[in-house]
Amino acid sequence: MTVTSPPAEADALAPPDPPSRRRRRRVGRVSLLLAVPALLVLLIFFVVPALRLLWLSVTTPAPGLGNYTSLARDEVTTTVVLRTLFMAAVVTVVCVLVAYPYAYLMTIVSGRWRGALLAVVLVPFWTSLMARTFAWVVLLQDNGVVNGLLGALGLGPVRLLGTTGGVTLAMAQVMLPFVVLPVYTAMRGIDRRLVDAALSLGARPVTAFTRIYLPLSLPGVAAGATLVMVLSLGFYVTPSLVGSPQQSMLAQFISVQVNQLVDFGAAGALAVTLLVVTLMLLGGVRLLTRTRGAGTGAGLAGGLS
Amino acid sequence: MTRRTTLRRVLVGIGVLVGLWLVVPTLVVVPISFSGEDSFAFPPRSWGVDHYATFFTESSWLTSLLVSLQLAVIVTVVATLLGTLAALALDRTSFRGRGALDGLFMAPLIVPGIVVAVALYAAFLGWGLIGTPTGFVLAHTVLALPFVVVNVGAALRNVDPVLGRAAAGLGASGWATFRQVTFPIIRPGVLAGALFAFVTSFDEVVVSLFVQSPQLQTLPVRMFTSVTNEVDPTIAAASTVVLVVSTALLALVALTRRSAP
Amino acid sequence: MTDPAGATIRVEALTKTFPGARSPAVDTVDLDVAAGEFMTLLGPSGSGKTTTLNMIAGFEDVTSGRILLDDTDIARLPAHRRNLGMVFQSYALFPHMTAAQNVAFPLRQRKVGRAEIARRVAEALELVHLGEHADRLPSQLSGGQQQRVALARAVVFSPRALLLDEPLGALDKKLRESLQLEISRLHSELGITFVFVTHDQEEALALSDRVAVFRDGHIEQVGTPSELYETPASRFVATFLGDSNVFSGTVRGGLLDTGSTLLRCDGPDGPGCLVVRPERLRIGAGHDDGTNTLSATVTDVVYQGAFRRILVRFDDGTTGLVRDAGDAAPAATGERVEVSWKASAGVVVSEGGSVVGRDSVVPA
Repeated sequence: MTVTSPPAEADALAPPDPPSRRRRRRVGRVSLLLAVPALLVLLIFFVVPALRLLWLSVTTPAPGLGNYTSLARDEVTTTVVLRTLFMAAVVTVVCVLVAYPYAYLMTIVSGRWRGALLAVVLVPFWTSLMARTFAWVVLLQDNGVVNGLLGALGLGPVRLLGTTGGVTLAMAQVMLPFVVLPVYTAMRGIDRRLVDAALSLGARPVTAFTRIYLPLSLPGVAAGATLVMVLSLGFYVTPSLVGSPQQSMLAQFISVQVNQLVDFGAAGALAVTLLVVTLMLLGGVRLLTRTRGAGTGAGLAGGLS
Repeated sequence: MTRRTTLRRVLVGIGVLVGLWLVVPTLVVVPISFSGEDSFAFPPRSWGVDHYATFFTESSWLTSLLVSLQLAVIVTVVATLLGTLAALALDRTSFRGRGALDGLFMAPLIVPGIVVAVALYAAFLGWGLIGTPTGFVLAHTVLALPFVVVNVGAALRNVDPVLGRAAAGLGASGWATFRQVTFPIIRPGVLAGALFAFVTSFDEVVVSLFVQSPQLQTLPVRMFTSVTNEVDPTIAAASTVVLVVSTALLALVALTRRSAP
Repeated sequence: MTDPAGATIRVEALTKTFPGARSPAVDTVDLDVAAGEFMTLLGPSGSGKTTTLNMIAGFEDVTSGRILLDDTDIARLPAHRRNLGMVFQSYALFPHMTAAQNVAFPLRQRKVGRAEIARRVAEALELVHLGEHADRLPSQLSGGQQQRVALARAVVFSPRALLLDEPLGALDKKLRESLQLEISRLHSELGITFVFVTHDQEEALALSDRVAVFRDGHIEQVGTPSELYETPASRFVATFLGDSNVFSGTVRGGLLDTGSTLLRCDGPDGPGCLVVRPERLRIGAGHDDGTNTLSATVTDVVYQGAFRRILVRFDDGTTGLVRDAGDAAPAATGERVEVSWKASAGVVVSEGGSVVGRDSVVPA
């Protein structure tokens, strides 16, 4: 014999909800048709041209991997690739060094100031790339404002336009948001009491920072740094205008292959190489961070290159 | 706690410097555009609106501005329409290959601009689309679609699916439900997607450089050639106009967002 | 159609099998709802009650069977042409419309004139006492107010039946009780048919004309609240509605053999359960042949104002629950007592309900 009461929580024993309750819609043929126009545009005017370029790179002028092997052997190409990697690395380091304290500042100020700092960092997202690049050309010219400042400090004049330093200054400005945002996101997720705990356990502030805070914020740094690296590798506008043709980077080099040498085979091979490196780096970020933030950041970046 | 105050001062100092670095270079074009001289000298020694007069009268500048505006409007309409339809079709569906499809819609953002540019150039040469309005619209639509799909898709994910049932239960047909319930709710997302599409097209440089012809140039292309080939302060006026347009758009969207429920 | 306001709803052999599911979620369900009746579909979640309601509303395709609204089969009609009011647990108010715009929505779909819309919206909001909140957005209303807007919206177009899917499930206890009264009042004022889904048995007993108890995709029993309570058809129904003492064993010649004792009862021979409601038990020995008496030890006494709940342990080790009005001699924990009841107060039901060999009764 048992005493029973009505189940107060009937759900506890009940079988799982029927599929209808789950927020999932069956694929209706009619509704999927709505995606067809967009898909056609992407397939015909993006996928096909990309595959054609890949095809050209292994068929022009002769079938085979000739374009790739000759690029690997060509001294100019190697120099350009190495220079591009070097520039990208420099820009990345500068961005990380500047973005880290900036993001940290965002975490310790009041809400209103945080909003202002965020708005400032987002300026490059909505101001025209051409307008900003032109501004840098003006600022960095031999008798420009930057040289004026340096002169006043007794440091100048220095040649900036057409130099690595000038390009770095201009490129890092464009790229900064891509590091600040993920680093800030990572820092916001750090429990500040962990640092307090370390201090109460006798750690000196520097130790508490290097052993606790820095490692916890590192995923954000990794995500941001890789993004900047990827974007810098393919950057075209700023290096073309602020840099010099003698110091060209990969994107300019590709452009020269197409516009001046009309060598689609070589251009295709270079483009494919750039794309593969980009995808590999992005895949690395995904694995490292496993956040969607990195993906969206990459998304926003496309319009800037 | 002096050490902490010192640290804070240093951080604020860095913040101010970075802020200047991010904002000031962009604004420097404004005073130059009002310079009375025929050079990029900064600060200008005399003032005037000659550069604006040139910008709005010389045909190569004015035409490229009009081309860019028209192009951006067309691309906004096309990309917003196609992207919204695609986002609607894919909302809350799951099927084999869904991930690949998402990847395809994001791809134009991930692939470096120069790669897209060269690929389109090679293809458009063969198809006779170089220097044509159609070529520009198609190229810019490809670049703008991801922004619309992402924004509208995110907005759709926030729509409670039970609302569709409620509307049907109250007598609304599928179309009436979309028009009166779903669309008003996702409108901010559509608007954001449209804004991104407009800005993407209006600012795009790399692909446009390859699709252009001397007869059909966008404003950023005209500015690019101006910086590389000539010393013409008209570009400062052009830059200012571009900044005003994008700032005005952003403010517009911010305002409509605030007034929306 | 005797009542011009409410529609009859007849469900015939209704079946729903979800793609990929092993067994049907709703299995050949038959149900008759009279015009103007308040019918509650009661059962644990996953028992098929919501799926049944969704098929009546048109949100779920019917695998087989018919749904007759006043003798017209609506099973293949799209939801928006069925003309049934619907209230959801999550309110489902359109977030971008004010309360008045939400209520006007179904009228706009029916191309009602502007002046007429204004009049009927005001009337419907008045009906749920929300006239002064007409211009508020859902986000500016409390949960209870939102649900009342949803009620007004569901009845403003004079549907002949209202379907309610756990409409009070998201509200706290106090609000739930006041909205129960509101729903009850709406039902009597409007005179239309209500089909109400809930897993809360108290709610079902308090509101309904009749209750259909769902279990594993079929209906276990349909009846008035008192029929279900007094003469449950199965152990499942007996235990799902209200507290019960359940003695299981084998019936032979009017006696239930529990293995340790024989109890008088009225039921067919064979395995069965004797169900006795706690208020039918009393402390103290029975005096005539028509009673059962068991000795027990009081394990707990819970004073609940109008009555006491006395938990006892019978001598065979099983537990029982007695509910008395508090006028009997006070029992104390640890006290030895006799527990008795009239044999006619017990009901013999099959062990597993109509599903033999299954038992999902929740132990106390």
